[in-house]
Amino acid sequence: MSHWIIAPIILPALLAPFIVLAARYHIGIQRVLSVAGVVALIALSAALAWQVTDGSVMYYRLGDWAAPFGIVIVGDRLSTMMILLTSVLALFVLLYAIGSNWDNRGRHFHALFQFQLMGILGAFLTGDLFNLFVFFEVLLIASYGLMIHAGGKARLRAGVQYVLFNLIGSTLFLFALGSIYAETGTLNMADLSQRLAFVDPAETVGIRVAAVLLLLVFAIKAALVPLHFWLPSSYAEAPAPVAALFAIMTKVGAYSIIRVYTMVFPPEVDATSGLHDLWLLPAALVSLAIGAIGVLAARKMDRLVAYSVVGSMGMVMVAIALFTPQGIAAALYYIVHSTLAAAILFLVSDLVRIGRGNVDLTVQSPMAGTYLTAAFFFAGAIAMAGLPPLSGFLGKLLVLDAAFDRPLMVWVWAIVLTSSLISVVGFARAGSLVFWKAHSIDPPDQDDQSAPDTARPGILAYGAVGGLFALLVAHTVFAGPVHDYTTKMAGQLFQPDEYISVVLETPGKLSKPKETQ
Amino acid sequence: MEFLVASAIGLLTAAGIYLVLRLRTFPVILGISLLTYAVNVFLFVSGRLTVGAPPVLRDTLTSYADPLPQALVLTAIVISFGMTAVVVMIGLGAFLNSEDDHIDDQPDETPTGGQP
Repeated sequence: MSHWIIAPIILPALLAPFIVLAARYHIGIQRVLSVAGVVALIALSAALAWQVTDGSVMYYRLGDWAAPFGIVIVGDRLSTMMILLTSVLALFVLLYAIGSNWDNRGRHFHALFQFQLMGILGAFLTGDLFNLFVFFEVLLIASYGLMIHAGGKARLRAGVQYVLFNLIGSTLFLFALGSIYAETGTLNMADLSQRLAFVDPAETVGIRVAAVLLLLVFAIKAALVPLHFWLPSSYAEAPAPVAALFAIMTKVGAYSIIRVYTMVFPPEVDATSGLHDLWLLPAALVSLAIGAIGVLAARKMDRLVAYSVVGSMGMVMVAIALFTPQGIAAALYYIVHSTLAAAILFLVSDLVRIGRGNVDLTVQSPMAGTYLTAAFFFAGAIAMAGLPPLSGFLGKLLVLDAAFDRPLMVWVWAIVLTSSLISVVGFARAGSLVFWKAHSIDPPDQDDQSAPDTARPGILAYGAVGGLFALLVAHTVFAGPVHDYTTKMAGQLFQPDEYISVVLETPGKLSKPKETQ
Repeated sequence: MEFLVASAIGLLTAAGIYLVLRLRTFPVILGISLLTYAVNVFLFVSGRLTVGAPPVLRDTLTSYADPLPQALVLTAIVISFGMTAVVVMIGLGAFLNSEDDHIDDQPDETPTGGQP
């Protein structure tokens, strides 16, 4: 049993209070500590991801209590890839926040950022449903602080909506956990997958309600229609680096659905058949359509990006809802892509806001640094809309291929392709209004604009966006190896015996529990 | 007793949902508090209702109360308490900033918002 796997949770958990206590008044020291912490996280995550490439499962028992009694931290290919993605994203977001001085516009940005990372990484690594709830709360309570960072009327109002919606989500999560515990007597995921076989076929009402409630909770996190209402205004009003970090938070919902609904409630289980395997796909297709329509209808660039996030989550969920190894592999490839693309677009919309004081999709005079910003927007839009040559196109192709010869294949193809076309039109409209037509009006027309509130974004800010873009290009160039790896990941998810036996059969304190009759 | 507990949970949940749907800060916060009370009781009884039984295993005992839901409900209470405090502060800030305690987007502000 290696202790390293809990380090990605412990490190930010210790760093955050240290920043608050020791470096409260020194933004420079906070920045150094925060960046150093995230770099260390990348190293840790990469090492952990490297160790499980052979398909082994890492685990850690807190207090050495054996699995169904104690809490376990488990790392397999999927978890370690997600923590690596999170920490890499966090580094660039943090660099952008420093470069654009966002972190200095309110207090405690870096401490909250570290707590947020702790919650996200914990949610990816835990092997216990109640612990998942706790880490969800950790990441949410940090995100409440980050969401209203720097204050402002519209942001506070959006913050209230965001907090209340998520509080209701947490309440639902607890109801789901209560019913699962009442039905099966365990909350450990590996143990649950075993005990589900003992549920009486005539008495499946409780477990079916629990499965649907849990799916609702994860769907709220993943912003699946009809539970997406919180996302557009929250993400649009949040500070841009925070919104870019939130790009990974919707993926926490997608990850939880993949984890729980391949291991605990796979579609083959009779007790819960006919629920999520039937209804997830139509809901995902509707999200995809709503996202594309929102992109076309948006009047501000940040809303446009937020709706494109809804659309890309729809795409991820379409691939997940196929519940085949091929579909999950495509979904995992697309998750990495859409996290990076969404982060780039949120940061670009902030560059536009800094350049001209607002993000309205109207024709205004050209802004400073327009060429570089326009280039980044162009690249991000191509990636998000799924045009060649970037990874959005490849991801979409993989999803379409996975949906081939599945039921509802016609619908999947029709909606995926149509929504791609609509979002291409939406992005093209936005780009031409903001960047292209800007040269058609006279420059000195600037009297009604509120002046940009702080200094120009530094080279660091552009560097951060460029870094994310380089990652996206790498994700495209190395699509073959990455997809091979996600295929292996999906294979591991659909053969959870190794995971279950490692979690349940490794001896610890109180091991050899009595088997349920 | 099962009937009493179940109807208490149902009543709290119904009142909570009604208040949440009022879309003004104060009733919504009250409604969420009621919902969290309901879910705390619900979690508590998810280990079945037992009266006068100890939660610690001994060799001589035949009937005992499930200790796990008690631990879970303790965590849930602490978290919901903290969350309520946070949402009161943010709600107060939003109200003082805009002199308006509506939760939903007002139509003139954000025409493209997808709020219900």
